[in-house]
Amino acid sequence: MTDAKPLVEVQELKKHFPVTRGLILQRKVGDVRAVDGVSFSIQRGETLGMVGESGCGKTTVGRTMLGLYPATSGEVVIDGDDIIHARGKDQLRIRRKAQMIFQDPYASLNPRWTVNSIVSEPMRVHKLFASEKERLERAKDLLGLVGLNRNLINRFPHEFSGGQRQRIGIARALASNPSFVVCDEPISALDVSIQAQVVNLLEELQDQFGLTYLFIAHDLSMVRHICDRVLVLYLGVMVELADRNELYEKPLHPYTQALLSAVPIPDPRKDRARKRTILTGDVPSPLNPPAGCRFHTRCPIAMDVCKHEVPVWREAAPNHWVACHAVT
Amino acid sequence: MAESLLQVTDLRTRFQTPEGTVHAVNGISFHINEGETVAVVGESGCGKSVSMMSLLRLIPTPPGEIYSGTAIYRDDDLLKKSEEEMEDVRGREISMIFQDPMTSLNPVLTVSRQLTESLREHLGLTQEQAEKRAVELLEQVGIPDPARRLGDYPHQFSGGMRQRVMIAMALSCTPSLLIADEPTTALDVTIQAQIVELVLRLRESLHMAIIWITHDLGVVAGMADRVIVMYAGYIVEEANVEDLYDSPSHPYTLALLAALPRVDRRRDQRLKSIPGAPPNLLVAPVGCPFVPRCEFVIEKCRRENPPLIQVGKNHSSACWVDVKTGAPR
Repeated sequence: MTDAKPLVEVQELKKHFPVTRGLILQRKVGDVRAVDGVSFSIQRGETLGMVGESGCGKTTVGRTMLGLYPATSGEVVIDGDDIIHARGKDQLRIRRKAQMIFQDPYASLNPRWTVNSIVSEPMRVHKLFASEKERLERAKDLLGLVGLNRNLINRFPHEFSGGQRQRIGIARALASNPSFVVCDEPISALDVSIQAQVVNLLEELQDQFGLTYLFIAHDLSMVRHICDRVLVLYLGVMVELADRNELYEKPLHPYTQALLSAVPIPDPRKDRARKRTILTGDVPSPLNPPAGCRFHTRCPIAMDVCKHEVPVWREAAPNHWVACHAVT
Repeated sequence: MAESLLQVTDLRTRFQTPEGTVHAVNGISFHINEGETVAVVGESGCGKSVSMMSLLRLIPTPPGEIYSGTAIYRDDDLLKKSEEEMEDVRGREISMIFQDPMTSLNPVLTVSRQLTESLREHLGLTQEQAEKRAVELLEQVGIPDPARRLGDYPHQFSGGMRQRVMIAMALSCTPSLLIADEPTTALDVTIQAQIVELVLRLRESLHMAIIWITHDLGVVAGMADRVIVMYAGYIVEEANVEDLYDSPSHPYTLALLAALPRVDRRRDQRLKSIPGAPPNLLVAPVGCPFVPRCEFVIEKCRRENPPLIQVGKNHSSACWVDVKTGAPR
């Protein structure tokens, strides 16, 4: 990566959700530590992939970064602006630059709004054009940009297929001319034949507008395809970060190794010949994460030290970061 | 030649809806041998689930209607059996597990209650015997501390553990055929690997045949003996697993494989996407249903829907074109 100043910088981001008991007098009985100290940066025009099992905190990182959840602590700076602590007009101005594409194209579009209302809403919020007529024109342009017919602008979401709805969601995310887009599992809900269409569209738009993406996904094959660098999370903490080929060819953390070995390869001979590390059990509860290295309860090579000491996040090879006691 | 367990011929299922008739399954024929694992691959709406549910007569009628076909299971036609006779088949001979274990388990009954029901019903065990067997089953599917977990409710299990409970229920009467409808789609890859490993281990020890329904050509590669690819309610390709991946012979299979990114390869170019969307099943197709999305189309494709044509040993494809040369067959 270059030395240029990154577009997005996240420092020690934490998001804890309080757990309460009692109906009227709600007592706090603990915290779900969904994100527990995550730091990374994304260069302009780069796509950073964020992977991990469900419950690892990847969606929470994305949402907290954009201020959809108030952060417990930490910093998020996008293009020089602190998005976490900004309020009022400042907050609105910064949020214009950072948008989100959601996982479920059925739940993320209001069924009672027309495509025009949906796509031009960000322009209205950010007062981008003087008149509704100009916004309508821009909304039509956006539809064309994402590969839909401009004349469908007055239709309702139910008239579209899943892939087309995701395109509408992308058009909405681009309406305010953002420089940074969080893509939260944008293709998981789509059919295989449609996934490639949407991924290619995201890449074309990135080339055209110099967009920077945080690509959250659990499909590790797709992440290798679309991302420049990949960050692996486990129970709210970072376990490994490297350039994509480095990470997929020389994974250092036992969790990354296990994750990668679990991904099926569409080639019968290769898939059957390969050695699998099958993790036992599930991800432990983030309410009470294991002490020391959080992965030690499922780690095939756990040592005594892993139970007590949190491994340090360090650069084990150039641009290859990992947190594991076993990596020397 | 292994012995044939199930032979399905010209199965057709349709649904009457306010918008018109949905042609979900349009005359499919296939067979399953004893102990064989067959994957049925296709996108949503291709008829893969409906065809398998038709075999078990789990299609709500109306609106659904199985209007043609035979399904010979060990000398008997499943489609001609009475509802009472089917109850003996389901669970005992043929079991099914579903994609979402949370919605297929009853949330207000304990796992014990749900597991022992079929044991008492089908095998005539007493409650005590059934509970003992249930503990063995939970142990077999890898649930830690099974005796204690037996009294738990479904919500007390994680997604992967729930799927294990479903598998335990499905196996409780040692069926000869297990139909698994996208059993790992809702799960993480790590848990998916656990479940696949479990099913393969059980296949060995119980000598079951398996029909594994999925949209994921990746999972299939590692576990299936044979693959059936479906599109728009038709079988478009059928082959042994290695032949299918080595020489896909239907343009749809070819396109699906090309659209898949690979975890084991460096990226070279953009993904090859399949244009358009899966077809509307409300319209009875004229010609081949894949025509609007196909890059090999010739005139004949628009007029006549190709039957499955033999293209190799145990390998057939429903296409008028040889995809290797682009020449008509």
